[in-house]
Amino acid sequence: MSLDLKFTYTEKKDTRSGFGDGFLEVGRKNPNVVGLCADLIGSLKMGAFQKEFPDRFFQTGIAEANMIGLAAGMTIGGKIPFAGTFANFATGRVYDQIRQSVAYSEKNVKICASHAGLTLGEDGATHQILEDVGMMKMLPNMTVINPCDYNQTKAATIAIADHHGPVYLRFGRPSWPIFTPADQKFEIGKAWKMIDGKDVTIFATGHLVWEAVVAEAMLREEGIHAEVINIHTIKPLDQEAILESVAKTGCAVSAEEHQINGGLGDSIAQTLILHHPAPLEYVGVYDQFGESGTPAQLLEKYGLNAENIVKAAKRAIERK
Amino acid sequence: MEKLAIEQLQKICTQMRRDVLRMVHAVQSGHPGAPLGCAEFFVGLYFDKLRHNPDFNMDGKGEDLFFLSNGHLSAGWYSVLARSGYFPIEELRTFRKINSRLQGHPATEEGLPGIRIASGSLGQGLSVAIGAAQAKKLNSDDSLVYVLMGDGELQEGQIWEAALYGAHYKVDNLIATVDYNGQQIDGPTEKVMDLKNLKAKWEAFGWEVNEIKNGNDLQSVLDGLEKAKSMTGKGKPILNLLYTEMGYGVDFMVGTHKWHGSPPNDEQLADALSQLEETLGDY
Repeated sequence: MSLDLKFTYTEKKDTRSGFGDGFLEVGRKNPNVVGLCADLIGSLKMGAFQKEFPDRFFQTGIAEANMIGLAAGMTIGGKIPFAGTFANFATGRVYDQIRQSVAYSEKNVKICASHAGLTLGEDGATHQILEDVGMMKMLPNMTVINPCDYNQTKAATIAIADHHGPVYLRFGRPSWPIFTPADQKFEIGKAWKMIDGKDVTIFATGHLVWEAVVAEAMLREEGIHAEVINIHTIKPLDQEAILESVAKTGCAVSAEEHQINGGLGDSIAQTLILHHPAPLEYVGVYDQFGESGTPAQLLEKYGLNAENIVKAAKRAIERK
Repeated sequence: MEKLAIEQLQKICTQMRRDVLRMVHAVQSGHPGAPLGCAEFFVGLYFDKLRHNPDFNMDGKGEDLFFLSNGHLSAGWYSVLARSGYFPIEELRTFRKINSRLQGHPATEEGLPGIRIASGSLGQGLSVAIGAAQAKKLNSDDSLVYVLMGDGELQEGQIWEAALYGAHYKVDNLIATVDYNGQQIDGPTEKVMDLKNLKAKWEAFGWEVNEIKNGNDLQSVLDGLEKAKSMTGKGKPILNLLYTEMGYGVDFMVGTHKWHGSPPNDEQLADALSQLEETLGDY
């Protein structure tokens, strides 16, 4: 018997393509938007922009630290730089450059990070960063966004060009269900309640929003009504939406393709403990590095899937 | 801006040195050595070569920009900014004190006029300056971008990433300067990490190198900066190798790394100030 899903899809696509298509669109709309990439133009899907606007695109070579500094400098003179590379090289490798030249200096730089998380797949743990959200959300002035599918990534890419200030935009490599509308309005910092429920709230971000949608249908078959909230913006966190939901459901699950230390789950835990203590279960990576494998194998092995969200939801309900 | 006579510029150099010493002495912290050595550069740039507007705006469209990559020279930069009209000279009193715009290392957060990016963690300013220079080209703005780096700072890898990039993209509206004093906090650069032949290195990276052999002689600095300007717009980024002496102007501070990051005590300050005439009035 197939699940009665509240959101469905007919097509799959990678979120990085949503970024690439959104980037081209903002390039056409705003002549101040410029692009930089550290030898990963194809992987980041920045090629269409580069082709259409060669004078506004800068291949930096394999030199991420320099790329971040260049981007910061270009904002002086009114440019809006989108600097793209893999999430690992866009954060951990250049943390100090981002901290001093971008975040502390409040520069209007958009750090565009692809291939985040385990779903990078076969390249293995060297490239599968699971700590990036934590690093970025700790920086004052930084906005952190992790959209869930092609359409939401495209909408987010367009939205961040109009937002003045440093942004970390995280997306990925695998082909993934497109289950949100193409014409959505992306509001930075505004959580999206996708499914109403009363027994438990599932707060999910990135690829795991889809797993949360599947988990909701599975739970419903067992008579459990989960609320699903899409936290595309991890910082600033929509605390109001979180507290309103948990006040109703009484418990929660966080689901993310990230270490449980320092990710979305910790931000939700902080919100709950300060304002409305309630049971919270984490679905994420438990203090481990990843490894090579297909995205599906890795998500299963590390427990980042609908089945595990269902189990976590039941544990949370039991703790009420 | 009306050009000042060299005698007047020299007076500003002397006053800047007094400012630096008094500022670091007042809080018993900071870095006096390098700004003392760069007084002629700072004054020559801000009071003669730079086409700038002390009525500050962040974007700096249509004016020359200066970035201080070696942010620990902040005391010197703040002095020259204040004395060229960016903010009240009295504000130099607040250097490194709580609730001040004059942070230990330059910062934009409190909106201090003249500062366009934070610096202090070394190696980042050249990249920023190149980015700003490219933005000027995109904006069809023919003014120039300047950046000062320390020689010890060249030990940071990011500098060489930026060096490759600047030449590759023909960023010829940029004049970078290396304060070549041969000293860093732990000792002489040749002992800490030998930089070997800097001129050959920058040339090999595709830069046009302009040596300013006596960086503590004001006329030489003015001539050197003018020459650097004449070298712009020819397809290559410009690098000034500015030979200076750390601690210049105070006999017991000159030529040693010992005053890189150490303030003078009361007695040492009095001795130092006795060697530097109060030309324009202390803050």
